[in-house]
Amino acid sequence: MPSYLLKNGRVIDPANDRDGVADVLIGADGLIAEVGLNLAAGIDTEFIDCTGKVVCPGLIDMHVHLRVPGQEYKEDVASGTAAAANGGFTAISCQPNTSPPIDHASIVKDILTQAETASARVHVIGAVSKGLLNTELTEMAELQDAGIVGIGDDAYPVENSGFLRRAMEYCSMLNLPYMAHCEDKDLTGDGVMHEGYVSTVLGLKGIPRAAENVGTARNILLSMTTGCRLHILHVSTKESVEIIRHAKKFGAPITAETCPQYVALTDEACYDYNTNAKMSPPLRTKADQEAIIEGLQDGTLDAIATDHAPHAPHEKEQEFARAPFGMLGLETSLGLVITHLVKPGILTLSQMVEKMSVAPAKILGVSGGTLSVGSVADVTVFDPEAEWTVDVSAFQSKSRNSVLDGVTLTGRAVTTFVGGRQVLL
Amino acid sequence: MKRKDLLDLQSLTAEEITYLLDTADSFREIVARPVKKVPTLRGKSVATLFFEPSTRTRTSFEAAAKIMSADTYSLAGTTSSAVKGESLKDTMLTLDAMGIDAFVIRHPLSGAAHLAAQHVPSKPVINAGDGTHEHPTQGLLDLLTIRQVKGRLEGLTVAIVGDILHSRVARSNIWGLHTMGARIRLIAPPTLLPADAEQLPVEVFTNLEVGLRGADVVNILRIQLERQDSAFFPSVREYARLFGVSKAKLSSAAPDVTVLHPGPMNRGVEIASALADDPEIAVITEQVTNGVAVRMAVLFWLMGATASAS
Repeated sequence: MPSYLLKNGRVIDPANDRDGVADVLIGADGLIAEVGLNLAAGIDTEFIDCTGKVVCPGLIDMHVHLRVPGQEYKEDVASGTAAAANGGFTAISCQPNTSPPIDHASIVKDILTQAETASARVHVIGAVSKGLLNTELTEMAELQDAGIVGIGDDAYPVENSGFLRRAMEYCSMLNLPYMAHCEDKDLTGDGVMHEGYVSTVLGLKGIPRAAENVGTARNILLSMTTGCRLHILHVSTKESVEIIRHAKKFGAPITAETCPQYVALTDEACYDYNTNAKMSPPLRTKADQEAIIEGLQDGTLDAIATDHAPHAPHEKEQEFARAPFGMLGLETSLGLVITHLVKPGILTLSQMVEKMSVAPAKILGVSGGTLSVGSVADVTVFDPEAEWTVDVSAFQSKSRNSVLDGVTLTGRAVTTFVGGRQVLL
Repeated sequence: MKRKDLLDLQSLTAEEITYLLDTADSFREIVARPVKKVPTLRGKSVATLFFEPSTRTRTSFEAAAKIMSADTYSLAGTTSSAVKGESLKDTMLTLDAMGIDAFVIRHPLSGAAHLAAQHVPSKPVINAGDGTHEHPTQGLLDLLTIRQVKGRLEGLTVAIVGDILHSRVARSNIWGLHTMGARIRLIAPPTLLPADAEQLPVEVFTNLEVGLRGADVVNILRIQLERQDSAFFPSVREYARLFGVSKAKLSSAAPDVTVLHPGPMNRGVEIASALADDPEIAVITEQVTNGVAVRMAVLFWLMGATASAS
């Protein structure tokens, strides 16, 4: 493997309090060799001019549906990690609601084996229960030995509070974070979009904010009861932001993420029965967007993840109520965040890197999130000024379900390095 | 003023609605003739796709098409390929390839007519009721009936009573009446009102007597009796007591109040039997007759406006 000298980029490395023009030398051993001014390239070193570009620790998407095993027609490890690389991510963590769910060590090992040759690192989240039926716990210690970095219930939130309490207690013994989909399914009922004026006009069943809020509050109370580290997935409501803010003041052991779509889009994207705007939790309203923005600014929301949820065209080309929940995220996340959060001055680029790299690495307890000398060379290079138009037909993902087709965004990945290996786009 | 489809009343202009009502007015005479046949749509075909049970709407559309000499094909959800798992997209592509000229679709899911219309880009799709979204021809026939009785729509106060939450008839009435300048009131328990109802162009009431005060027209919606199983109301008895409309309850309404009901009625529940049968107040059978005329007008508008309608 060659060594690389990333020359003259704006190096943003919040873990080392660095934000300024510098060179980054990636060693042939796959580690960061040196960061500084006017570094010289050795004879075998590949030189990459990064003038005008940002060089940062590789972006990590904590919330990806890789659809492996069982739904490879939507996405697989190769296409999902290629989409990750195209979006500037060097690592992803994949959620366990696959078919069958990631509830057995053999499945974890299979995914990790496939990921050895992939375009990004893959971290695996194990299912909380066998079959995600939420009646029997998975063998979490064995899953951990096989390589999982967290336990979760995404898309199948545990309804039984007693069961969840035991699950969290067991997770805490293994020091695994519990990645919770916070939702009271009873309040959701058959809802398919945010409950409000737009659902009323479209005659679609609504999902009230209360469904998420009740789940958020209960899960936080259980994390405080059990001491289990709780990571709250895809926060979409203003009340959930407020509940998390208060709970953090009480010292609850929690972290939380939101997704770019909850900042960039509202339930109005569902007009004309656009099934690509159908997701869980649903796109909300301007008031929720504003609260999420505040939560990102004051640190209530630690991380930005995508909830990348690929679905085949024939699944989305259905009546709204029949179409599955979910939208693609990996290839538009960086552009959405720069366009909607960095350009308007809501987050600095450094804060963005904090939420898309440093915090995810810390929450999952995985490598990355830093350009410290000697750490693994997971590096993202992106152009913060590049304007581009989203073309879903050019996505690396196998699926096309994005409402952003044709939208112009600012900010795009140039290249990534995973363990010192350049992933060519 | 040319559209491909009729999917809702929300997007129709006052000019378009007036055109449809005027056209329907002129067609009403044809429906009353002993020999009900005009050649307007001869050689054209209309398919009615009903993925949900319906008697009056389906018959009404088929009568309208046949009076105008169109050939009609009727597909029911239970007998079509839909039970074999065929998607709506494929059903539409198939019927399109057979040369059907226009589609009338009734579906239990909101937005189905929109979806169907996307897959037959050159042919009209008429929404005959999609889920809890809209039922535009019912809205038009309600407007036509009100205009016939009152001579106008503008400035009237129309109260819609009952299960607004699940009612496509209510949504079509709200948009059509609003566009035509009527004032609209919704009267229902909070459990049967949709979210953010007050953001619609309406006034919202949870008390029947107060809501009916001074109303020129009362449109009473059918209550689905099984809703009591999902806690929308405690019992049919209590619903009838609080929201059932009778002549006595109408005492606060305008003296010449007119009552509509889209049918089928639950007599003694949402509407008192004596009220339903009072021809001085209730115009429920006129609504049915107007339904055929309105559907002729819609078919004419979308399919045959170039031909003559005499």
